[in-house]
Amino acid sequence: MPDAPTLVKCLIWDLDNTLWQGTLLEDPGVRLPDEIRDVIITLDARGILQSIASKNDHDLAWQRLEDLGIAEYFVHPRIGWGRKSDSVCGIADELNFAMNTIAFIDDLPSERAEVSFRAAEVRCYPAEQAASLPGRPEFRPDVVTVDARRRRQMYQASFRRDAERESFAGPDEDFLRSLELVMAIKRADEEDLSRVEELTLRTSQMNATGVHYSDAALRGLLADPGHEVLTVTLSDRFGPHGAVGVMLLEYRPGVWHLKLLATSCRVVSFGAGTVILNWLIDQAARAGVHLAADFRRTDRNRMMDIAYRFAGFAEDPCACLTSTSPASTASTASAGERDGVQCLHLAAAPRPGPTTMRLTAPDLTAGRVPVR
Amino acid sequence: MTTGQAITPVTAEAVTAEAVSEALTAFLAERIKTEVAPDQDLFASGLASSMFAMQLVVHLEETYDIAIIGPELKLDNFRTVQAMTALVLRLRDG
Repeated sequence: MPDAPTLVKCLIWDLDNTLWQGTLLEDPGVRLPDEIRDVIITLDARGILQSIASKNDHDLAWQRLEDLGIAEYFVHPRIGWGRKSDSVCGIADELNFAMNTIAFIDDLPSERAEVSFRAAEVRCYPAEQAASLPGRPEFRPDVVTVDARRRRQMYQASFRRDAERESFAGPDEDFLRSLELVMAIKRADEEDLSRVEELTLRTSQMNATGVHYSDAALRGLLADPGHEVLTVTLSDRFGPHGAVGVMLLEYRPGVWHLKLLATSCRVVSFGAGTVILNWLIDQAARAGVHLAADFRRTDRNRMMDIAYRFAGFAEDPCACLTSTSPASTASTASAGERDGVQCLHLAAAPRPGPTTMRLTAPDLTAGRVPVR
Repeated sequence: MTTGQAITPVTAEAVTAEAVSEALTAFLAERIKTEVAPDQDLFASGLASSMFAMQLVVHLEETYDIAIIGPELKLDNFRTVQAMTALVLRLRDG
């Protein structure tokens, strides 16, 4: 049975005789067919980003897109006289998307061939197929979450944020405070888990444990009193970052075991991992328990490694680790390794709240009697 | 090995305590817009965030061709210019 096709994450449009009818330089009043407008709006609502690779006068073309009321739908548009393949590759680069998640639509076979020649993985479609794109499986994600629906706005907010950061002269921490960041940690429900599932499906995430927990496994633990599934959302004055993190915690006598901590790459530069860890450490201190944390080094979670270590996690042997249940994975009789998964340990002490953001979070100690 | 002759490898010459300390002070001055004393606690004084600490790790690794891993990755090794200098020299010798 063939696998489901790789979903398209960004569709790149040609303009003349593809997005609109006519050639702009010859006819300033080029017309946007209703069916094309529908395609743009439909794909946007599904969380598929859209961009432009067009050989045109930039200012003229952008003005026309604004007049047609659709300019806001496009991210990183490339309108100029360069090669289409350069534009397509440049857009993919800026979005940090793999080429096999990019689609390109153009009425000219020569342009499609040029793009295919230099970027064979990009899926190319002729202009006459535009109206049929939303019906194709590669443009139909199984789940469309609230974060997906506003993905384009989140990207656009992120561009504005980056631009402001570039021009900010003071220390990073002052810049972070200027963003008015608000982090919300909450006990997950079914809807939250759908947002997190998407986070774990996407490639740009920082999974500290390097251990994958399936959506079904996490759902199965929602009602388990021995486990806590928590999700993290972040927003700032530019807008929402959406669901940016997930934690899986197991309560044991004398020790809380952090089995999963994954945060989106997008929020690493805000120090989100450290804020989450410090909150958890403070909660554990209030409950009078130690913390254990699974960690497996991968080629992309170095920042989380540093966040754990700087928060104070180390490879200390401690008696609390012997109480871990044998059924649990990655628990060993002492701090150490199993299958490359280290079990790091920390004797929790109270921590001050974050200085760079406002944090709302549940009280994990409520109803829990300190064990020692 | 001959003795009695002053042999100074180029790399060792480039990575003295003074050189590392100076380069780090300059790096910090550029990044946090503050001139810091060698023994000034960057974190207690609020000059550096934990996020900036991560950038320091990467900066030291790339500049001095060292790998800072496991137990060496603790905040105390990054609190002051002195501590970072000592860390760099220790790891380069190791």
